[in-house]
Amino acid sequence: MADQVLNVENLSIDIPLSGDILHAVDGISISVNKGETLCIVGESGCGKSLTSLAIMDLLPQKAIRTVDKLELNGTSIANHSDKQMSDIRGSKIGMIFQEPMTSLNPSFTVENQMVETLARHRNIRGKEAKKLAVEMLEKVGISPAKQRLKQYPHQLSGGLRQRVMIAMTLLCEPELIIADEPTTALDVTIQAQILELLARLQTDFNTGLILITHDLGVVAKIADRVAVMYAGQIVEEGSVYEIFDNPSHPYTRGLLSCIPVPGKIKRGEHLGSIPGMVPSLIGDFTECRFSGRWEESSDKDDEKIANLVSLEGIENAFLVHGTTDHIVRFCCDSCLKKSKSKISKGVN
Amino acid sequence: MIAYAFKRSILAILVALTVSMISFSLLYISSDPAIAMAGETASDADIEAIRQLYGFDRPIVVQYLDWLKKAISGDLGKSYYFRTDVSHLIAERLPTTMTLGLCAIIFAIGLAVPLGVASAIRPNSIIDRVALFLSVMGQALPSFWFALILIVLFSVNLRWLPVSGSDTWLHFVMPTIVLGYYAAPAIMRLTRTGMLEVLSTDYIRTARAKGLRPPVVLFKHALRNAIIPVVSLAAVQFGFMLGGSIVVETIFALHGAGFLAWESITRNDLPTVQGLILAFSLFYIILTLIADLINAWLDPRIRIS
Repeated sequence: MADQVLNVENLSIDIPLSGDILHAVDGISISVNKGETLCIVGESGCGKSLTSLAIMDLLPQKAIRTVDKLELNGTSIANHSDKQMSDIRGSKIGMIFQEPMTSLNPSFTVENQMVETLARHRNIRGKEAKKLAVEMLEKVGISPAKQRLKQYPHQLSGGLRQRVMIAMTLLCEPELIIADEPTTALDVTIQAQILELLARLQTDFNTGLILITHDLGVVAKIADRVAVMYAGQIVEEGSVYEIFDNPSHPYTRGLLSCIPVPGKIKRGEHLGSIPGMVPSLIGDFTECRFSGRWEESSDKDDEKIANLVSLEGIENAFLVHGTTDHIVRFCCDSCLKKSKSKISKGVN
Repeated sequence: MIAYAFKRSILAILVALTVSMISFSLLYISSDPAIAMAGETASDADIEAIRQLYGFDRPIVVQYLDWLKKAISGDLGKSYYFRTDVSHLIAERLPTTMTLGLCAIIFAIGLAVPLGVASAIRPNSIIDRVALFLSVMGQALPSFWFALILIVLFSVNLRWLPVSGSDTWLHFVMPTIVLGYYAAPAIMRLTRTGMLEVLSTDYIRTARAKGLRPPVVLFKHALRNAIIPVVSLAAVQFGFMLGGSIVVETIFALHGAGFLAWESITRNDLPTVQGLILAFSLFYIILTLIADLINAWLDPRIRIS
């Protein structure tokens, strides 16, 4: 596709532990187009942050990344040296982190930290760099921008710091922004502002955005497409409407049932939850990743049984209702059986 | 910054005053100074005469204020043994000690900080192991023994360096190595720990995610934050070198302030000991003040509260 910004195929991340291996991410594929927002959803430890670091080639030293394809704008960056990657980081791919309180260096002013990115990637220094920094701060809604430039991170609030982070990331006009839970550490009121800001800037700059979150409220607000991650795999992927309307993997359904909807929950009623525990991903993992986590009374869901069309090439992966923008993947045959889906052979 | 410096200076002056009181009272804690001055065979009348002559019969507060007034104008009394002004005595010995201390702390920092940074970049690498070995050695070797080994090697066998004295810069080479190597391990370990901690912070990840080059990440973003506790430690160690290099000065016969302290203590020369304690304490106070100001300059969170 011509306007595909990022294409990742079959990415795995293994982390060697003493004597064993943690298969943190297991064969995931994602792609993002220009101007598109892909939300990666999943609980803590499912590998979503590692995935983003793997794209940036910023994984911890001992982590091992294997990937079939890693393309930025159609060019492979899978075998780039660290030096080549550092040219891409910050200029073509920008990253926003979860912890605005600690993500800025406490010893340098906002100006210093913004201008150094411009000097590194665009060779812009001095007055011109400062002018660009001021403009960008104004774009992310910081005023008075000139005074803020002179301040140190500890003089700014969490929301302001995240705005500075966003401004810093946008300075070199990256084609792809990866935001790793950018609003998790912020107040709810600030969360909404930051999300709106991200969405607006993304449209303005026409960048691809990967937003990593565990908050389905955020997803509903901002996503074009959603990838649901569970235990190192993407279990379901599709357009935001498909995922919310026809959740086909039990994990996705579980996640959706966990959202408390005002008015629908009665006093004293239990909030939704997914039973069981995430399996440990250490060692050779062959059992079902979802065993013991099926909802006991699945009768209710009978009406929701999806028609699945098997997808060639990927084991246990299916198109839901035959639509090409909704894929569900089961980890094993027993999961597939338990889902009670009607399965038809793929036409292709 | 100026307000912070002013505040810290006022505090330093208060500490100095407290120290001066302790230093002054030392003369009285150890023994009756009149008896000490009169000597063992003196009669009661002699002691009483000395007491009145030196004003030891006045109230202690009056004596302290009087002493303080003189001390500020540079008069620290007369040495019992040398029969000269204590302040002259100290001023005469200080350049040697200062030179040695300065060389040693520069040697220690020059050795320890690069090694600490290198071992933090690659923990458990060969460099890290060598650095650990060097720091364990430095910590464990008694400096008098290390000094003797150096003398045997470089002076007796190779004949490259003079054994003792303080005439040329060559005389300072071995004392600098001994004293500096003793101070290096703590600085090295603190640098390593600090760097390891800082390198795992979120803002270093941000710096990498911005595509900054490794040297910029390492020296601009990491070292600046990791070095802050090292500055405080180095200041204390420098103070220790100025006052506590007695062993090294004695072995290499460098007639510095440490050597003078040792001489005065063995000879019960209280005014000199008192003057030296005051001088050494002032060094510590000044060095701590300087370290605090450097840290305030390095870390805006200290400077802008």
